[in-house]
Amino acid sequence: MPVIILESHSQEQTRKIGRFLGERILSGTVITLNGELGAGKTVLAKGVGEGLGIKKAITSPSFVLMNIYHGRFNFYHFDFYRLEEEEELWELGLEEYFYDEGVVLVEWADKFIDSLPATRLDICIEKSKDNLENGRILYFIPQGKFDLTVLEELESQCFC
Amino acid sequence: MLSKTVILGLETSCDDTAAAVVANGRNILSNVVSSQDSLHHRFGGVVPEVASRRHLEIINPLIDEAMSKAGISLQEIDGIAVSYGPGLVGSLLVGVSIAKALSYALDIPLIPVNHLEGHIYANFLTGSIITFPLVCLVVSGGHTSLLYVEGHGKIEVLGKTRDDAAGEVFDKIARALDLGFPGGPVIERHAQQGDSSVLSFPRALMGEDGKMDFSFSGVKTAVLNYIRMEQEKGSRTDIYALSAAFQDAVVEVLVDKSFMAARQKEAKQFLLAGGVAANGELRRRLRVKLEAEGIEVVAPPVELCTDNGAMVAAAGYYYLRRGIRANWDLNAVPSLEVGQ
Repeated sequence: MPVIILESHSQEQTRKIGRFLGERILSGTVITLNGELGAGKTVLAKGVGEGLGIKKAITSPSFVLMNIYHGRFNFYHFDFYRLEEEEELWELGLEEYFYDEGVVLVEWADKFIDSLPATRLDICIEKSKDNLENGRILYFIPQGKFDLTVLEELESQCFC
Repeated sequence: MLSKTVILGLETSCDDTAAAVVANGRNILSNVVSSQDSLHHRFGGVVPEVASRRHLEIINPLIDEAMSKAGISLQEIDGIAVSYGPGLVGSLLVGVSIAKALSYALDIPLIPVNHLEGHIYANFLTGSIITFPLVCLVVSGGHTSLLYVEGHGKIEVLGKTRDDAAGEVFDKIARALDLGFPGGPVIERHAQQGDSSVLSFPRALMGEDGKMDFSFSGVKTAVLNYIRMEQEKGSRTDIYALSAAFQDAVVEVLVDKSFMAARQKEAKQFLLAGGVAANGELRRRLRVKLEAEGIEVVAPPVELCTDNGAMVAAAGYYYLRRGIRANWDLNAVPSLEVGQ
């Protein structure tokens, strides 16, 4: 399975990458976002939301656990940061959103990765060791039958 | 004797289950909160599943306790006010369901209260005379909003956070420093013993004219990066100085934007609300800055800053006077907005 690696040198660049994705993904797409606190998960999510045509500000879902936005499709923005038990996912009604029309994006998905659909795009954001402040390395890992054309386009694009 | 309107207020939007009895929107007859901090302490954050299950287990005994402390019976209640959003859906539903059942059984009004607006009304319970127009800063784990209140039911959002809420950032930093939950009080305690001038963290969106939105993810990332660099260098982080400098950065932005909003709106009063309003440094600096301009600052006591039923009951009293009642189809609205 091909893994695509992109470097970002600023929040704006990370956001652009997200926007590019958001403009191209189709309804039914599931994206997971992993990376330590302050890696820029919500920044990337903001970009995806913008790409989906959402006008409302996309804010951190850590406290509220999930936010729903309406753009080209519905955008379901989850955050597993505070969840401890898998049961809690079902109480949130997570499953319903996978089969609904719309795009699902999950921050801190690693905690319950087995509960997520097999076909999805996993994105991992790492802080660059020599530039903790702004340098980020983004790994795009397609899983299952994820449509690779979006990733091919992503790879050939320059986000400077 | 003047007629008295007694409201039972229920609050289950997040981690606290709370019930209170308030007369005429001003006098607290009882105010019971089952703070679940002891439970959440070990998780480093609010655990929603535990929260909604606990809400369900303790809401009935809690209402009984609120009634007996108030010294009245359910039959003497004139209305039931409940927070129906914003918040966690499972938690909100516990409050909404029991409020519906009680108001149906007692045949009294069911009053739907916006949790954020409820926070504003904590200030009506302080004994201070509240004068419109005013500006209120609601600042907690889930919210950071500047509201312009022209009168009851006339509330406009001036600005809010574009990313993380102020209280959320306190919690995340406290977790990164292994200080426990909730982050606000523990960071404030450490900050008191630290020198804030040793370190400096970014203040986002400061001084942008007329912009009253907040952004706290930048300061969060800067502090986390600092902690990590110190760890990699093998040096021991001065938690006291770090807490002081971090708190300083957050408080300065909150005070600056509050001042700008109050002046622009020619507010007579400035109200503080929400869990972070318990922060002593925030209160002190707001008072200094706003009172120099002749704007009175009102802040509730700590137990009315954090989520409680009394604020919901007080808001419910004023809603009811404006004729606001819910039907039996009232539902929890997790992303409810102010003025909706």
